[in-house]
Amino acid sequence: MTYRNDPYDPKQVALLDPEALSRAVAEAEKAFAETRDLDDLAAVKHLHLGDRAPVSLARREIGALPPAAKADAGKNVNQARVAVQAAFDARREALEAERAARVLREEAVDVTLPAGRRPQGARHPLTLLSEQVEDLFLGMGYEIAEGPEVESAWYNFDALNMGPDHPARQMMDTFYLETAKRQVSKDLVLRTHTSPVQIRTMLTKKPPIYVVCPGRVYRTDELDATHTPVFMQVEGLVIDKGITMSHMRGVLEHFARVMIGEDIVTRLRPSYFPFTEPSAELDLWWPLHRDGPRWIEWGGCGMVNPRVLRACGVDPDEYTGFAFGMGIERTLMLRSGVTDMRHMVEGDVRFARAYGTEV
Amino acid sequence: MLVSRSWLREYVAIPEGATALDIDTAFVRAGLEIEAVTDLSEAVTGPLVVGRVVSIEELTEFKKPIRHCHVEVGEAEPRSIICGARNFAEGDLVVVALPGTVLPGGFAIASRKTYGRLSDGMICSARELGVSDEHDGIIVLPAGTPEAPGTDARSIVGLDDVIFEINVTPDRGYCFSVRGLARELAQSLGVAFTDPAELTAPAIRTAEGPHPLRVDDTTGCPRFALRAVHGVDPAKPSPEWMKRRLAQSGMRSISLAVDVTNYLMLELGQPLHAFDRSALRGGLVVRRAEAGEKLTTLDDVQRVLEPEDIVIADDTGVISLAGVMGGQTSEVAPDTTEVMFEAASWEPVSIARTSRRHKLVSEAGKRFERGVDPALCAVAVNRAAELMVEYGGAVMGDHVTDLDHRVPAAPATLPIGLAARLAGVDYTPEEVVAALETVGCRVTADGETLTVTPPSWRPDLTDPADYAEEVIRVLGVERIVGHLPRATPGRGLTARQRRRRTVGRALADAGYVETPCYPFVAPEVHDAFGLDAADPRRRALRIANPISAAEPELRTSLLPPLLAALKRNIGRGHKDLALYEVGQVFLPKATEVPVPDLPVAHRPSDEELAAVAEAMPDQPRHVAAVLAGSADLAGWWGAGRAADWSDAVEAARVVARASGVELDVAQGEHAPWHPGRCAELRAGDVVVGHAGELHPAVCEALELPRRTCAMELNLDLLPYAGKVAAPSVSTYPPARIDVAVVVDAATPSAAVASALAQGAGELLEDIELFDVYQGERLGEGRKSLAYRLTFRALDRTLTAEEAVGYRDAAVAAAASVGATLRDV
Repeated sequence: MTYRNDPYDPKQVALLDPEALSRAVAEAEKAFAETRDLDDLAAVKHLHLGDRAPVSLARREIGALPPAAKADAGKNVNQARVAVQAAFDARREALEAERAARVLREEAVDVTLPAGRRPQGARHPLTLLSEQVEDLFLGMGYEIAEGPEVESAWYNFDALNMGPDHPARQMMDTFYLETAKRQVSKDLVLRTHTSPVQIRTMLTKKPPIYVVCPGRVYRTDELDATHTPVFMQVEGLVIDKGITMSHMRGVLEHFARVMIGEDIVTRLRPSYFPFTEPSAELDLWWPLHRDGPRWIEWGGCGMVNPRVLRACGVDPDEYTGFAFGMGIERTLMLRSGVTDMRHMVEGDVRFARAYGTEV
Repeated sequence: MLVSRSWLREYVAIPEGATALDIDTAFVRAGLEIEAVTDLSEAVTGPLVVGRVVSIEELTEFKKPIRHCHVEVGEAEPRSIICGARNFAEGDLVVVALPGTVLPGGFAIASRKTYGRLSDGMICSARELGVSDEHDGIIVLPAGTPEAPGTDARSIVGLDDVIFEINVTPDRGYCFSVRGLARELAQSLGVAFTDPAELTAPAIRTAEGPHPLRVDDTTGCPRFALRAVHGVDPAKPSPEWMKRRLAQSGMRSISLAVDVTNYLMLELGQPLHAFDRSALRGGLVVRRAEAGEKLTTLDDVQRVLEPEDIVIADDTGVISLAGVMGGQTSEVAPDTTEVMFEAASWEPVSIARTSRRHKLVSEAGKRFERGVDPALCAVAVNRAAELMVEYGGAVMGDHVTDLDHRVPAAPATLPIGLAARLAGVDYTPEEVVAALETVGCRVTADGETLTVTPPSWRPDLTDPADYAEEVIRVLGVERIVGHLPRATPGRGLTARQRRRRTVGRALADAGYVETPCYPFVAPEVHDAFGLDAADPRRRALRIANPISAAEPELRTSLLPPLLAALKRNIGRGHKDLALYEVGQVFLPKATEVPVPDLPVAHRPSDEELAAVAEAMPDQPRHVAAVLAGSADLAGWWGAGRAADWSDAVEAARVVARASGVELDVAQGEHAPWHPGRCAELRAGDVVVGHAGELHPAVCEALELPRRTCAMELNLDLLPYAGKVAAPSVSTYPPARIDVAVVVDAATPSAAVASALAQGAGELLEDIELFDVYQGERLGEGRKSLAYRLTFRALDRTLTAEEAVGYRDAAVAAAASVGATLRDV
């Protein structure tokens, strides 16, 4: 390190020459620009910014200058050094950006590859539809009522004005249970409709009553494209002061609009059920029926028979009410165009998966 | 009930130009549902014409006699037609289907060579045209038929008619007749109605009846009419129009006397019985049967009678199950000349019970149990006798029995505004009275109160609401305009209902597909499941009338039907399956409790209701899941992972988490699971279900894939968390420390974790098992379990020394399950 003390070395003094400094800057800029990657850049860095680089050596000469020259020379050297450093930084930044872009390019994948590592789950559309019905009525302030599937004959028939000798009772295609002695039980049946839940509700709640009850019901029909021995109904029951068929119609029209479509056209058709008086069926106008435009039946309804109210301890002079019962399967068939009842009951995973989580 | 337009038209002034759809609509408006409309003009297409038989050549060289005819059909030359029937002569008018005609069943007529001759058309029988069941010969049109050969024959044979199939609701028995349907149709169309019951004068009772009779039970039989005819010519057939109408209503023609009874039943709604009077022995008695009496009914079934059955008897014993079906001994025979018609009124409940007791559904019984107009008896026997005189060459008997013990229908009183109150429509008092009168009621108004007496044919009208319904129906339900009622505020879903939804969603999110199954199972499945003889799941409720005799039981577990669904899916080519169901199972009471009879006229007492509840089977709601194939699928990312016992246990945890319940898992041993791979699931001290791999023998017996896994939980046994207390969330960093302990290989890891957690103290945030090791270094029957413990304090950063201290406390506590710190 003797050269530090050798202020008269003309070669070293020459380093402070402005032209030499410009040349050093230019060389540095050129060298940096020619690098192809960050390794190259690192390899040439010391030549232009290291201790032996021209700008570094020039700075060392400043101390040997006469005081008057120091300021100028210092400024020149500093400018040169800043320029070299800037060239280096710019090149490094560029190369880093290039490298980042390259890495991203190299990491590209085929995002169209399938990604389902677990079998797809699904809820059954009948469940989804039941819940949608529940939500519709919950939103109007109704509650959800429930009852058992094995039901006593009193709840399923007698309290609904279907005594043992009533012809309608014979027409319900009832599954009867056996007693322990293998006799046909006169007491227990698989409920043929959700209407016994009306009875259970009225026996446990005081009016006003606004409830719906979706649930499974049973009839002795063989399974085919249009019948199933096990199916779902949703029962509605409203008991309050001043309730009329006009209210019933209003609720059913709203129900139909939400479940089937906003522009659905409905009609009431007089009918008969022992537990309602008057009774009606609600028909929907179906312009796209495969056998031509026609009315199709959606479900039954009517004003709760005063005999039913009395059996439940509700005073028919004070309260009136209506009830209705719609088939969930039928509603799904209408909404989704299901053509074969068997698809809904056989449990093929393809059927439920087609719906997923929304029906 | 099947009825033709032409029959209705006899009694209803159907407007000219009214289409079948107009009639359909009018019926619907009246509350009569149309099941089907059959336009007979579409039943036979092509040239169906009147023909005159010009010549008949008998061909005798074949096995049966064949006729080669020439038939004039309005063309230049008669057509050559081969015919196998023999009931016609030269000059007769017949019905000819010319080539190009298509008969019912798609039977196309073409020109063809047969029996060595050209057959250029077909001479038709009634059955071939589908107009009646008659096939004894071809149709020979009555002499004097005005239509010329070549005229379209459809209107002549009734093929221009329309048949309506009407679904009659049980309250309206009177609509099981042309009379009732015509009345409703006329009312709905607003046109004139002619009552067929008024076309014949009722028979007037004579001092002496046609046959000795005693009615012992006038409550069961309020009215009983008899009229006889003599000297019937048994060879006389029923007229063609009668046969046709019977056929169109779905009934077979049998003999004139029987056809007359059926015809009048269809027309009037009054069932009649025709006795062969010569077969009666002694006087007739209407009475209740004696226990053990026997009767062979017309359907050839011998029936043992019970004291509640109401019967008609003579000296030989019971000859008819009254109102339901006659007996064989007194039935009119092909040679009967003395016919006596009986038309009676029977108490509906008695008929319904007899019909049910003997499982005997007849056209008569169907009408009587719904109520038959008792005013018709005397009309019906007279009309029947008249028809026998007209068509059977009979002589009218002089004597008439009409024992009439009818009780007049009770009038009802109702507020004049009742219909308006129920319908929400402002009917005027005039409208209400007029509507009731339209249906045949007698109405007197006294201020706001109406006193209404129903017509004889409407026994269903008893309650005020019944009359209100008639008013609303007659005035048109289309007047009811919809208005939404404002419901009282509800309380949303119950916790139980919310749980059902969250459990279903959680399982679906975890990859399970919901498959709701029929709850019907075969008893053999309990054997396939390997259940002990004493297993409570073998005690199932049985259906008396199952759809499949092989599956009479109701499920006591969700698994048998769910595994059947799994198998069905596999059969359809699915491999990787995870299914679930949430549903009721049915568990009979340990001892059968009789269900008490409850009242219907008023609310049963709470004690009575409790007694019914006591007799009901338990029906808890379960959730079950089954798995086969891969739980993690194979794919381009690599190999899959077969579903195993741990997936089934995890499914249970998914359910528990969705229910806000923590499950304790213990080693279990429970059919149908693999004894070494069965987890017993507990909520607190209560066993709520099991999960794991199925027993290999079960998979084999049920033909399921090996290592099929399953889980079943009783959802109703999972406690409800109620309001959840908020956790304290520390913002200080955690201290994590690993610990490996060695235990006996048989010690359940859950027990070790639980002991460690207990010992670790309150600051333990998480305990995670990250390694299980068994090897020589540990010694035979030992295993190492490595846990990562995470500690965290609410108020400070824990020091390493503190964490080590807690860990040591945890290990010390784990000594209770035999765990020692691993040092190798």
